[in-house]
Amino acid sequence: MNDISELTITALRFGFLLLLWVLIFSIVTTMRRDLQIGRKAVTGAPTAREVRKHPELAASPPPAIQHARTLVVTEGPLKGTTVPLAASPILLGRAQEATLVLEDDYASGRHARLFPQGSRWFIEDLGSTNGTYLADQQLTRALPVELGVPVRIGKTVIELRP
Amino acid sequence: MIQTDTSPKPRRNVELVLIVLALAVGVGASALVSINSDVGLDRDFWFQSSLLAVAAFAFHMVLRLRAKYADPVILPIVVALNGLGLALIHRMDGPGDDTGNNQLRWTLIAMAVSIAVIWFLKDHRILRRFTYISLAVSAFLLLLPLIPGISAGEILGARVWIRVGPMTFQPGEIAKITLAIFFAGYLSSNRDLILLAGRKIGPMQFPRFKDLGPMITAWLVSIGVLVFQRDLGSSILFFGLFIVMIYVATSRISWVVIGLLLILGGGFIASQIFSHVAFRIDSWINAFTPEVFGRSPGGSGQIVEGLFGMADGGLVGTGLGQGRPDLVPFANSDMIVALIGEELGLIGLFAVVMLYLLLFTRGFRAALGTRDAFGKLLACGLSFAIALQCFVVIGGVTRLIPLTGLTTPFLAAGGSSLLANWIIVGLLLMISNTARGPVDTTPMVGKPPASSSTPGTRKPATGQTPSAPTEAVKQQ
Repeated sequence: MNDISELTITALRFGFLLLLWVLIFSIVTTMRRDLQIGRKAVTGAPTAREVRKHPELAASPPPAIQHARTLVVTEGPLKGTTVPLAASPILLGRAQEATLVLEDDYASGRHARLFPQGSRWFIEDLGSTNGTYLADQQLTRALPVELGVPVRIGKTVIELRP
Repeated sequence: MIQTDTSPKPRRNVELVLIVLALAVGVGASALVSINSDVGLDRDFWFQSSLLAVAAFAFHMVLRLRAKYADPVILPIVVALNGLGLALIHRMDGPGDDTGNNQLRWTLIAMAVSIAVIWFLKDHRILRRFTYISLAVSAFLLLLPLIPGISAGEILGARVWIRVGPMTFQPGEIAKITLAIFFAGYLSSNRDLILLAGRKIGPMQFPRFKDLGPMITAWLVSIGVLVFQRDLGSSILFFGLFIVMIYVATSRISWVVIGLLLILGGGFIASQIFSHVAFRIDSWINAFTPEVFGRSPGGSGQIVEGLFGMADGGLVGTGLGQGRPDLVPFANSDMIVALIGEELGLIGLFAVVMLYLLLFTRGFRAALGTRDAFGKLLACGLSFAIALQCFVVIGGVTRLIPLTGLTTPFLAAGGSSLLANWIIVGLLLMISNTARGPVDTTPMVGKPPASSSTPGTRKPATGQTPSAPTEAVKQQ
């Protein structure tokens, strides 16, 4: 090509490299907003600046957290059984490998999973036939279990106690 | 687990702006290639550019309709990479070659399939029902090239292609998606068994064989078939995928240690048994020895010419269409990274690596954000597969590791790889849609919740039909 000068081609060459990096910087700028969402989501607390502007946002000191230490079966064939809670997850179901083997005809082999995260325990249904209920609500995803809230698995009801 | 109180934003307009920029990269590369060749901005250029633009905007519109909250960055990155790849492949086309147009055809097919996946699948969690079917499909796909009749025979020392009409296809590329689906589905429901049940020997806890059986089967199928097909790159990819997904599911570092030891041991054994592996390693270590350079099968000429090309490119490159990448064999597929290094220089090559890195982080962001274990594992596995492919290819071309025959995602010429990677992008977009969208309270196993008016929860964004589950839940 003779109708385009050497200078133009060189300018286009460097222009293209510039364009590549402009794209990358625009992408990174777009992602910055995402990181901010992440930060807010993790702490969930208003920033110091927001508290200064709206004093009502200042959170009252959190109530003293009572940690769950035992799992108690309150209803069902195993009524009265207690299981001490350690740091490892607990598998609930009829299968022999479960941590708490439920002798309950309405429970599935691997029915639900109780696992610690931070200072709380969460319950997650493992695709059981009859479902897991946390305070009369059927579980659709992992939810935190508060102390004394009944969790129903088949005919068995368990509770966390301090 | 932590509820976000910030309202989800679709951010599709940002995506539109970024797509325009990405198309500018792709079309700009094509334009530079055309200007520097003798033809100039001819009809072919306008035709290809407008087709790519139409496809990208169509994909964008589908996301607006079907996956409103999907990640706004993934699609622009992929469009930029694919556009750049098209330009580079077109640039390598000699007179009468049709690789560029073929790649464009495959790009359009791949984008159409990816759109169809987003449109009809709606929710990635449906794939969990196909856990064991995926394993069977993976085994079938991997065995296809060994069946006489449809097998395309041995091409370049590997039996990985099948013949579909006039085209050849590499079913192993699709198998990496189905294997990732199987690993994600199996590990998300059996993670606890692998973690908790089992004997403890010393400081390590070994899972019971029963719990690992299907995983080992999957691993044996992929590795075994690949030994027979003599495809080193894919077996590294499958094995890496296997190790990473089991590590992510169980968070035991021992899996990674075992995996690396097995790769080193397996590599050593393979180099003793298979001549092609031995050649690869020899041409990696002794690349600059004249007899290795000039050896006819398994010489290091390809790597060394690629390195010379990149050295010639230097910091800013020779400019698109002005280097001599024709000296490097397979400059438009296996060695496309060397072509980028030569014509766009270190600055351009790093931009491409950066795009891959950003794509990978977005995949992991989707994995972190989504609430179901299956989606997390699937997003991790799929984005890791892309990252590992980049590492193996770029590491091979730059002589960090032995060169193996894997494709550079979205850049290299090759229809099956393009198709598989666009499907991966479709799945990642779908997972990021659930990750970034309003909290979806529909059950994982397809069962409608007991009471639909749960206070404090919002309706799912994706219009999931509240129909009865198609698959009954097994009573164990």
